[in-house]
Amino acid sequence: MSQQFTARRLAALAGASAVLVGLVGCSTPASEEEAPPSASGDATTAPVEPGDSTGVTEDTVTIGTHTPLTGPAAAGYSSISAAATAYFAYLNDNGGVHGRSIEYIVKDDGYNPSTTQTVVRELVQQDEVFAIVNGLGTPTHTAVLDFLNENEVPDLFVASGSTSWNLPEQYPFTFGYNADYVVEGAALAQYAADEHPDKKVCLLGQDDDFGDAMIEGAELVFGTGGLTHIERYSVSNQDVTAQIGALQAAGCEINLLATINGFTALALGTSAQFGWFPMWFSSSSGADYPTLVTYLGEDVGPQLLQGLVGTNYLPSLGSEDEWVTLFRQINEDYNDGAPFDGNTIYGMSVAYTFAEALAAAGEDPTRESLLAAVTSGGLTGNGIVPLSFSEDNHAAYLGVGITMVDQGVQDYLGATYAVEGGTVTAVEAAPIPLENDALPAG
Amino acid sequence: MNRIAPSLTGAPRTIVMGAVLTVVAIAATFGLDPYRNFQLATIVAYFCAVAGLTLLVGLTGQLSLGHAALMAVGGYAYALTASLATDMGLDGLPRFLLGMAGAIAASTLHGLLLGLAGARLHGPYLAGLTLGIAIALPAVTAQFSGVLGGDQGLRIDRDDVPAVLSRLIVVEQWQAWVAIMIAGVVVTGLAAVRRSSLGLRMRAVRDDETAARLSGVPAGRVKVVAFTLSSVAAGAGGAALCFVTQSVSPGAYTLAFSLLLVVAAVVGGLGSIGGAALGAALIVMLPWLVATLTDLVDMPAELEQRLSGNLGLLVFGALLIIVMLARPGGLAGLRRGRRTRRTSAEDPTPPSGPDAVAATSPTGATAADPAPASALREMPANDQPRTPQTVLQSPTERER
Repeated sequence: MSQQFTARRLAALAGASAVLVGLVGCSTPASEEEAPPSASGDATTAPVEPGDSTGVTEDTVTIGTHTPLTGPAAAGYSSISAAATAYFAYLNDNGGVHGRSIEYIVKDDGYNPSTTQTVVRELVQQDEVFAIVNGLGTPTHTAVLDFLNENEVPDLFVASGSTSWNLPEQYPFTFGYNADYVVEGAALAQYAADEHPDKKVCLLGQDDDFGDAMIEGAELVFGTGGLTHIERYSVSNQDVTAQIGALQAAGCEINLLATINGFTALALGTSAQFGWFPMWFSSSSGADYPTLVTYLGEDVGPQLLQGLVGTNYLPSLGSEDEWVTLFRQINEDYNDGAPFDGNTIYGMSVAYTFAEALAAAGEDPTRESLLAAVTSGGLTGNGIVPLSFSEDNHAAYLGVGITMVDQGVQDYLGATYAVEGGTVTAVEAAPIPLENDALPAG
Repeated sequence: MNRIAPSLTGAPRTIVMGAVLTVVAIAATFGLDPYRNFQLATIVAYFCAVAGLTLLVGLTGQLSLGHAALMAVGGYAYALTASLATDMGLDGLPRFLLGMAGAIAASTLHGLLLGLAGARLHGPYLAGLTLGIAIALPAVTAQFSGVLGGDQGLRIDRDDVPAVLSRLIVVEQWQAWVAIMIAGVVVTGLAAVRRSSLGLRMRAVRDDETAARLSGVPAGRVKVVAFTLSSVAAGAGGAALCFVTQSVSPGAYTLAFSLLLVVAAVVGGLGSIGGAALGAALIVMLPWLVATLTDLVDMPAELEQRLSGNLGLLVFGALLIIVMLARPGGLAGLRRGRRTRRTSAEDPTPPSGPDAVAATSPTGATAADPAPASALREMPANDQPRTPQTVLQSPTERER
């Protein structure tokens, strides 16, 4: 080896050491250790409340969500985030909330829990969002529940009815949005028991907390083991022939469905192929009529879906509700007139509810004041029963109405049920009236 | 890299190199924010699996399309053993070690069984067998959902930063450290095997099984051992990933991911461990990079929705074609190409192996470094990674 080489080697070594020292110098923990109260330099006269205002600037609030834009659940749900984005665009055009416009970052997770972990991490650690709003799916969101609570990120209005979101002690930062599946299961079962007392009731459920909770709800009515037959499916396997065959063999007459939209359609389609036409009672998560028609096809869809019983807690598509009228207009103006369905109403409702919470969180919102606004019980939402958030209840809706599809129109039948202390009771619906064109006043 | 400490040769050299690169990678974590550290930890976990795969395909010519499933075996075994340990009241290091032991044991067993079956099969038949394993995974987890948690998978408790280090690093960095150390041990082991006499026998079996048998190389046994080693590497990667994300689910180990691992090995350069590091970095960073770039471009919502999640795959496909056309030896061949020209002019020793690339990649936790050992000097051509075409074609040629 020549001297030239030795010199070059020395230079390389020195260079590498310098880089290393430099890297060690800018180590990360200092900024993380004692999360400093980020006053973010607002020079208001009022004393700045200590709090975490990550994601909030002078004129924007950045929030994010995870949702399936690809994969098995995409066709059933991708319109939700688009609808929410449209509502936020409408809100921003009308002055936003306390002068701040809302930036809504939508990340695709393909309904795959492991992808959800990656994208939510990216939202929290890279995009530094103020809150996660309406993360979609039971298995997907379960995968980030610990992460969000450990990092103290408000995790608002999860798009799923799993009871995991309503554990204030364990997960103080997480709040659900859907009526929980126990309530839905109980309401559907109660309706079946009330209207069709002699029929055999079975259940087809997703192979996760979604299915478990619906079974739990149905068993509140029928007693443990009271369902004639239970079948489970997994989202990764797009074939329910075996399950439908087993339900048919068990002589089921009413099938409760704990299924996402795609699998509701699959179940109905498969059983139609068998020439078997039982009654279907579906959770609101899988009972959106226009979405199901898209799956099943315009030709046979309406026929197969005639008489489909579902649950809902939001303004219904088939009604002439003033919320629905306004949302239709927003959909025309801000969503390029995309097909208007239950998902659109859902997405806009959840976005409205967030705007309401943000407005209530004060002029200079912090993560703490946002949570306080939600738990204060002051939020009303736009459902058929008022929101029930409180300090010790992180579930949005404790009551649901029964809907039915008739001649292509899905609307409430009038029966409304609530679950309190493990018993199902019939209650009166009390729809929240539209106020100020769905622009929450600060 | 042979220029550094040329007096050090053989296995000690591999171990020292592995240790040095592990330390360098750990030092590098100080320069990264928590999210980058998470990405680094993911890359490193994938690196374990890709290194195992590249060894299997590049050295013995056995193609596995089911390495994601083998990663899942490691991940599930880690999660199950760690949960068991939690129930027994253990945490911290004992729980981690028990979890790793479980992961290694399970992936050894699965690798052995699969290897025993696979050793009898060639080319497309072996690919078919392993493909079946990858496809069966979701059905298996759904069937045994009581134990394996169905689509939702399993979750485990998080291991926090040890008290000694808690003032110095945050949890993401700690997780990256652990992943790097696992990869350091696993890949150093693979590198040692690669340049051992076993590695030589693997190459012999790959090049001509009949000739290898005639020379007294037990071809079947070599293949089974290679498959098992590769499976252990994948299992360790799965365990590392489980440690980092505190969860394991079938959705993380889809068939698409299995194929992506093969792409990583091929693009990096079959048989090259440095190439495996490059490939692993690529499969993590490229989709992220593509998504970040498309976010910058203002495009209609509908187009954006169509592209989301698909554009990354498109880029992978294009990259694979370009690399195969321009450099059939993979990206690791780029560096070697230059090196060959230079060293052949200055130095009569045969070109050093693909180790060089590990140094250029920030994630190269360790490197295979075939020093000009006498055994290898006699057959320098064998050290060149095979192109995928030759791997896929050779078995059928052999059959005739």
